[in-house]
Amino acid sequence: MNHFFEDSVFFGVTLSFLSYGLGVLLKKKLKLGILNPLLVSIVITVIVLVVTDMDYEIYYNGAKYISYLLTPATVCLAIPLYEQFEILKKNVAAILAGILSGVLTSLSCILAMVLIFNMNHKQYVSLLPKSITTAIGMGVSEELGGYVAITTAIIIITGVFGNVIGEFVLYIFRIKEPVAKGIALGTASHAIGTAKAMELGEIEGALASLSIILSGIITVGFAPVFAQIH
Amino acid sequence: MKYLRQFGIILFISFLGEIANYAIPLPIPASIYGIIILFLCLELKILPLSSVKETGKFLIEIMPVMFIPAAAGVLNVWGIIKPSVIEYIAVMVISTIAVMAVSGLVTQLVIRLTGHSGHQ
Repeated sequence: MNHFFEDSVFFGVTLSFLSYGLGVLLKKKLKLGILNPLLVSIVITVIVLVVTDMDYEIYYNGAKYISYLLTPATVCLAIPLYEQFEILKKNVAAILAGILSGVLTSLSCILAMVLIFNMNHKQYVSLLPKSITTAIGMGVSEELGGYVAITTAIIIITGVFGNVIGEFVLYIFRIKEPVAKGIALGTASHAIGTAKAMELGEIEGALASLSIILSGIITVGFAPVFAQIH
Repeated sequence: MKYLRQFGIILFISFLGEIANYAIPLPIPASIYGIIILFLCLELKILPLSSVKETGKFLIEIMPVMFIPAAAGVLNVWGIIKPSVIEYIAVMVISTIAVMAVSGLVTQLVIRLTGHSGHQ
């Protein structure tokens, strides 16, 4: 039986889709904010792997085919960007100010907390790129001498966290402009936050997509400077 | 045929993104180059929107599912995160909320000061 799962290509994919579907269903039926479909599906997947004592590699053997689609799907974020380009042009100053302030907040907030917790340089630089998209963040971490595996994990956790609490944070801070909502979600929690922005609306989704690109590039510029400080 | 064509175009642009990533010595991943290439193709009318629209929207819709494998993979690094897990979580929670609040509020403030808006 175990051999079967080891060779199965569709097990990981099916588990991912089914658990996500279950997450969507639970959210509809119970109408609880905490029942974020992405979070629910991750929890179900982890429980299945732990309870059945299945190696992550076996699950990933099939699930990698979903990850394979991530680059083409990210490329498609150009579509909402193109459709909302007029709004983007009208709000250039606000968008740039928002993303730049977000990146600087991220880096200085991490610096301050690392100092408070007395964490070492290697842990610090592993955390610096935590709000940007995984592929850029891994590169930044490696360049600065961080633990790339920790950076990758923190980036993903940040994304999921942003996706789960995004709507609540926007509500608490009275962020109501669709453009501002998109910038907030994309700058704080990259592509996984952008998935939430897409659910909120086309404008939110387009602006979050733009934020992934710009916050990633701005972080590449500023992270080495911050790395010198501690 | 429509979906085959659209998917083919999207994969081809992803491939062009990989070439750009290989050829240009910057820490920018293939997917980001891909967004820029597709955007330019649409904006410069090299490709009509109808050549990628439906398949593109489908891929974006199922995008959250694509993050599940990587997120479950966090299990693998539990061992190295564990000793400082409280610190990592605290930094993650506080900085993420701070970035969201600051970037959102700054954007909203500038929009209101300049009188532009996403609402039409």
